[in-house]
Amino acid sequence: MQFFLEPLNYAFFRHGLLAAAMVGALCGLIGVHVVLRGMSYVGHGLSHAAFGGAVIGFVFNFNFYVGAGAMGLVAALLINQMTKNKNIKSDAAIGIVTTAMFALGVAIISQQRSLNRSLDSVLFGNILGITDFDLILIGLVTALTMTMMFFMYRPLLFSTFDNEAAQIFGIKTEVVQLLFALLLTLSIIISMNIVGVTMIAATLIIPAMTTRMMTDSFSAMQLYSVAVGALIGIGGMYFSYAFNIASGATIVLFGALIFCFAVLIRHVREKRMLQVNMHRHGNLIHSHPRDNRHRTRIDADGTPTKNE
Amino acid sequence: MNPAINLVDVTAGYESTVVFSNLSLKIHAGQFAGIVGPTGCGKTTLLKTILGTQTVFSGKVFLNKRPVNEVCGRKIGYVPQLESVDWSFPVTVEEVIMMGLYTNKRLLPWKSKEEREQIYDLAEKLGIYNCLHQHIAHTSGGQRQRAFLARALINNPQLLVLDEPTSGVDIKTQHEVLHLLGDINSQGMTILLTTHDLNAVASHLPWVICFNHGVVAEGRPGDIFTNEILGKTYGSDIIIIKHGDYYLIANSTPLKLNHDP
Repeated sequence: MQFFLEPLNYAFFRHGLLAAAMVGALCGLIGVHVVLRGMSYVGHGLSHAAFGGAVIGFVFNFNFYVGAGAMGLVAALLINQMTKNKNIKSDAAIGIVTTAMFALGVAIISQQRSLNRSLDSVLFGNILGITDFDLILIGLVTALTMTMMFFMYRPLLFSTFDNEAAQIFGIKTEVVQLLFALLLTLSIIISMNIVGVTMIAATLIIPAMTTRMMTDSFSAMQLYSVAVGALIGIGGMYFSYAFNIASGATIVLFGALIFCFAVLIRHVREKRMLQVNMHRHGNLIHSHPRDNRHRTRIDADGTPTKNE
Repeated sequence: MNPAINLVDVTAGYESTVVFSNLSLKIHAGQFAGIVGPTGCGKTTLLKTILGTQTVFSGKVFLNKRPVNEVCGRKIGYVPQLESVDWSFPVTVEEVIMMGLYTNKRLLPWKSKEEREQIYDLAEKLGIYNCLHQHIAHTSGGQRQRAFLARALINNPQLLVLDEPTSGVDIKTQHEVLHLLGDINSQGMTILLTTHDLNAVASHLPWVICFNHGVVAEGRPGDIFTNEILGKTYGSDIIIIKHGDYYLIANSTPLKLNHDP
């Protein structure tokens, strides 16, 4: 119990814990769509583009969120526009746009060396330096994104599963995609201070992929992913405190561990189900994966026995 | 007769490539028609033109006398090619069927009592009630086809369009699906599908359109399945074996078995 209570005496830890839980839940929710739309690389790319914006923000002395947000949004719109040209595939568009914007940031830093230290937190995260303003902003973006995703659940699911059919059925897929790109950009910008540009993709992908190992239902995957994301954030913070390791890195490492655990459980569950479903058709002994129709066990002498 | 689909002088394609030009075609209300033709002949482009998702360079497309872009999506039921579906996507059969209801005004994610009854009734009618909570990949080919058919039918559309419903399923499932479509058509729904399977068309569909970058011929299978028309459609020799009222269409000369040692 001391392990959980002792760090809470410190205000910086309480702030960090709250931020990590909110960002974990937010990235868990939006990450489900990122993964299922095959956009895992987008999260990585947009955070790099936003880094370019953050650097420009520092140079011209305006708020970090304004610079990063504007650049992230421009990148999302540019990628969206470029992929309308069938000769440019989305991964190529992401590679060109976001890397160019990141390179712009690096170029500016090389000219203004005094920026190095202030931008470390953007690159590697600085959850313990979270201010009240940051917390309020994270809370607002989390609430806005969750509310929008709640009411957009139906069109989002349909367009993620089959965009063309959704369009034929009368869903305004372009509007859905644009709103999703906006929410994704906001989520990435808000999470940059927590885990940093270099590790943000993992925060988006790990909770979603972990829950994909746990369920075959989309609605359940969304719910679980929010919970798993928050759990990874909270767990990562405690381990970071206990072992005195950088918080962003610990959150990602703890997430990766949870993911491995989920893969293992799924593997054992499927293996067990194969054994339970083993049965005989004449001379052929075989099994149906994930099928409960044939609950028969084959004994060592080859005799099939009905399972209870 | 009132045309459910009316294409007037339509030219369509992709960017600078024209797939078909100045095409005029009518499908009457209540008709059950199949489009056949070789790969790359523009069948899918034609379907997409009818569904309003294809770039049309010139001409007009009407569905029930209204321009296609003004027709509400709920009036059209669409079943995609099973081969184009992402089977690893985490959805159950029930979630797939429910997507057909997503054009309703309801904003809440979960289904209403009426929606639940609609889904359960239709699933029971199509024989997929028992697999409603199964992941879509863990069902048989026939059940998958019925799940997507249920999604298309749940809004009681006036027009049902299916892209290759007979591909990727075994012969028994092909027959089941085509019989099911025949039953649905007998209740008055207009059905248009594309297929590669000429034998299935010959035995199940009352109206066929032979297509190759334009309509080569259209009519009842018995009238248009001739060597000349099919040869012109596919650009190769097609063997037609007629036995009573039945047709067997082969795409090459059958091998003659030599029993002599």
